[in-house]
Amino acid sequence: MAEGLARYVGRSVPRVEDERLVRGRGRYVDDIDLPGQLHGAFLRSVLANARIRSIDATAAREAPGVRLVLTGADLGELNAPLPPFVPDPNMRNPRTQLPLAVDRVRYVGEAIAFVVAADRYLAEDAAALIEVDYEPLPAVVDLATATAAEGRVHDEVPDNVAGDVHDSTGDPDAVFAAAPFVERVHVSIERSTASPIEGRGINAAWDPDAGRLTMYASTQAPVPLKGGLSRLLGLDPDRVHVEAPDVGGGFGSKIMVFYPEEIVVPYAATRVGAPVKWTEDRWEYFVAANQERRQIHDAEIAFDAEGTILGVRTRFLHDGGAYTPYGSDVTHNTATHVLGQYRIPAFEISGQVVFTNKVPVSPYRGAGRPQAVFVMERLVGAMARRLGRDPNEIRRRNLIPKDAFPYETGLHIKAPVTYDSGNYEEAFDEALELVEARTFRSEQAAAREAGRYLGLGVAPYIEATAPARNEACGARLDEGGRLVLAMGLASQGQGHETVFAQIAADTLGCGFEDVAVRTGNTAGEDAGIGTFGSRGVVMGGNAVALAVRELREQLVRFAADLFEATPADIGIADGWVSVAGSPQRRLRIATLVALAGSGGADATAEPGDDPATFEAARRRAAVQGGPTTFEAHGQADLPAMTFASGVHAAIVEVDPGTGGVRILRYVLVHDCGRIVNPTIVEGQVLGGLAQGIGGALLERLVFDEDGQPQTTSFMDFRLPTVDDIPEVRLAHFETPSTLNPLGVKGTGEAGVIPVSAVIAEAIEDALAPFAVRVDSMPLFPDEIVGLIERARQATAA
Amino acid sequence: MPVAPIEVRMTVNGVERRAAVPPRLLLSDFLRHELGLTGTHVGCEHGVCGACTVLLDGAAVRSCLLFAVQAEGADVRTVESLTGPNDELTAIPAAFRDEHGLQCGFCTPGIMMSLAALEGDAPVEHEALVDAIGGHLCRCTGYRNIVRAAERAIGVAAGTGEEARDG
Repeated sequence: MAEGLARYVGRSVPRVEDERLVRGRGRYVDDIDLPGQLHGAFLRSVLANARIRSIDATAAREAPGVRLVLTGADLGELNAPLPPFVPDPNMRNPRTQLPLAVDRVRYVGEAIAFVVAADRYLAEDAAALIEVDYEPLPAVVDLATATAAEGRVHDEVPDNVAGDVHDSTGDPDAVFAAAPFVERVHVSIERSTASPIEGRGINAAWDPDAGRLTMYASTQAPVPLKGGLSRLLGLDPDRVHVEAPDVGGGFGSKIMVFYPEEIVVPYAATRVGAPVKWTEDRWEYFVAANQERRQIHDAEIAFDAEGTILGVRTRFLHDGGAYTPYGSDVTHNTATHVLGQYRIPAFEISGQVVFTNKVPVSPYRGAGRPQAVFVMERLVGAMARRLGRDPNEIRRRNLIPKDAFPYETGLHIKAPVTYDSGNYEEAFDEALELVEARTFRSEQAAAREAGRYLGLGVAPYIEATAPARNEACGARLDEGGRLVLAMGLASQGQGHETVFAQIAADTLGCGFEDVAVRTGNTAGEDAGIGTFGSRGVVMGGNAVALAVRELREQLVRFAADLFEATPADIGIADGWVSVAGSPQRRLRIATLVALAGSGGADATAEPGDDPATFEAARRRAAVQGGPTTFEAHGQADLPAMTFASGVHAAIVEVDPGTGGVRILRYVLVHDCGRIVNPTIVEGQVLGGLAQGIGGALLERLVFDEDGQPQTTSFMDFRLPTVDDIPEVRLAHFETPSTLNPLGVKGTGEAGVIPVSAVIAEAIEDALAPFAVRVDSMPLFPDEIVGLIERARQATAA
Repeated sequence: MPVAPIEVRMTVNGVERRAAVPPRLLLSDFLRHELGLTGTHVGCEHGVCGACTVLLDGAAVRSCLLFAVQAEGADVRTVESLTGPNDELTAIPAAFRDEHGLQCGFCTPGIMMSLAALEGDAPVEHEALVDAIGGHLCRCTGYRNIVRAAERAIGVAAGTGEEARDG
């Protein structure tokens, strides 16, 4: 554990970001207009699977205000399959898309041409004039039948299988053969989309004289974009600058590297020699920004009469969409999260990543984990029914105990899956307490007397956070003694400027207001990867701590010399540097920086500086010469994966007549290790919960049999509004990670992970008199009515 | 296809503005790209998300569903008007900051303008606040702190601290 992190870390320090954001002074990509600004629009495929016979852009090129029209042919060698973001040995047929489709399109929304014009309106006018002659092909739409479909997403892949995923621990075959009981479930999760309120956007400017490319992008990963752009465009990395300014949410969908737009727009800028801006509209986001979630599982659980889980097996299909830039990445999360908090000796998971003629799939907040928890908890439900036991009794019995950490799961996905720390049993008990589980059965019985159907759902979960190592931070003291941090890590609303300043201020011993943090900018610091997988505070936060610790040592050494003391006797607190045992001998950090910069010559004392100490230090600094500057670099190359955890529980009411579901109370117990800013953590968790509720009850992407998306606006794809959010009871546990100096774990995705599992169990419990089984998510009211109807028919038959 | 620009005149945040604009130019684009008032955000251009909400003669409207020329002669207020002449925050944005009522901040200006439409009638009942917020999409916060901010700024329990909290 890090020492001395007490003044700001752990406190709900108000966010520095908000001062500009609530004034309407945020700077999002579309807010940036550069001199000579031009605007772009994409022409996108209107068919899900088709050959392109010809593309005629003649009329577009001659349209008013048009400066450039790019088709695939105009890109030359650049129009090669984009590099995969995650190279993956599990993929037997990895495929990535071209920046612009040439002779084949594989999903509605695939980019075919790009028009640059004087304004966006004119660019869209011209894009509409491009004529594409399509030869339609049968589309592969339904995941369940995709491997035997008539159509092919890629002609040379007859079974539409992109890759295979497999892992196991223990001896599942032997366990299942010998198990006293086995129960099976078939579950299905639908496709969804992250839907940040700001879509994607790019503004790229080319300076032909300097040979320099500057790109502003609404992205979670400016650093990889910079590296990739310099490679693809053949530019020296020093001549490519990428900045993620304020970003209006991402939730996974703004990190793909490369989206076609991320190469086409900057390339267009180099062609026209003027800044080119493309701002994604909402329809485009629905057809061109990556999606996720769709999986089908056939799972089984082996157990004994006492309620001990002996083994779990699942075979699944994962809808990968038309291309696989992320390989089997999402399915790795699924594989690592089925077992969750349970001690299960035998496990096997095998699945296929399947091509469909839909938008490509990459992680969306939760990223394969909600599916895993849904599978596991549906199995626990089936097991409880078979044994006639309370599912929570079974859960409690099978939790990994506190003394079993570090806990080796026996799984090996990219690296051995070992949980660092946890306190599962106490958190579980707390959740049941908060949801009032003990008295719920009488509450439920009384409600049923009154014709109301209430149900309880509970799900524990783990979250492997910070899956990728390495993030960096540059730290320096500026001339005014202010601590300035520069990071490539981007923020999309998580409050990084605040959280990193808290860590930095405590590490140095200065005031929070004396720290300035710049994130998402490759100009100052360009090592690192990006903001995803709940890794910001783990990798970024520890990089900050390392950099500032190094800077502090520099300052201490300098002060020791000036104070003629030993470094061990130098203390820094609240912006003062002093000598142990004689607190009156103190100077401001700013004073020391001034002494260092000028060799004492131009330095003046700051208010409160001890005059005698200052004079002595100034003489000493003059002898020492200079200038001395304070600059440090921190690189957090930490072990990947800390394991956060939590338990959600809910009481819902279902109206069997309308199928309406109302969440009466929701409990969220959460453990992300050491908490840097409680208010921000709560905000993250509550926001995730809202997305989870959307995923359970409101949000589904619908495609017709030809692969035409039917949900391309917020009217058709319904995000939760304020009315959908229940009262929430929150509790935090802080079980520090043992894997990093700060003891932190990630928290970004926690809120969303178990929600579908919780709601499914609660609906099933509420409708127990009808013997309804819930095996899919989301569930809309008409489907709940249908479940009741089918259950009635089954009983009657 | 482009047609001749039309002269339009309106008052925006107390300043009279005149411009010749294409008839199809959206009010949201006019405010953002002609006047440089980029605090008004555009989230869907379908009139659903509410991020582009501004006040038109005191009523909250979706600026992505109006053409600039439809605001002829109108009094328009945007989020920039919620900051006072000395850069001080008025009650609504101050409450959003104090209650952590925003994360990425993209939907925030629109929500604040819907509340600003109610500000003259403060204190506002809880149901009316929730009704106003119900016309907006926020993907970050889960809404709880937005409701708290609204209560704190213009709710009936404003200024009484804990009573404003719903959790």
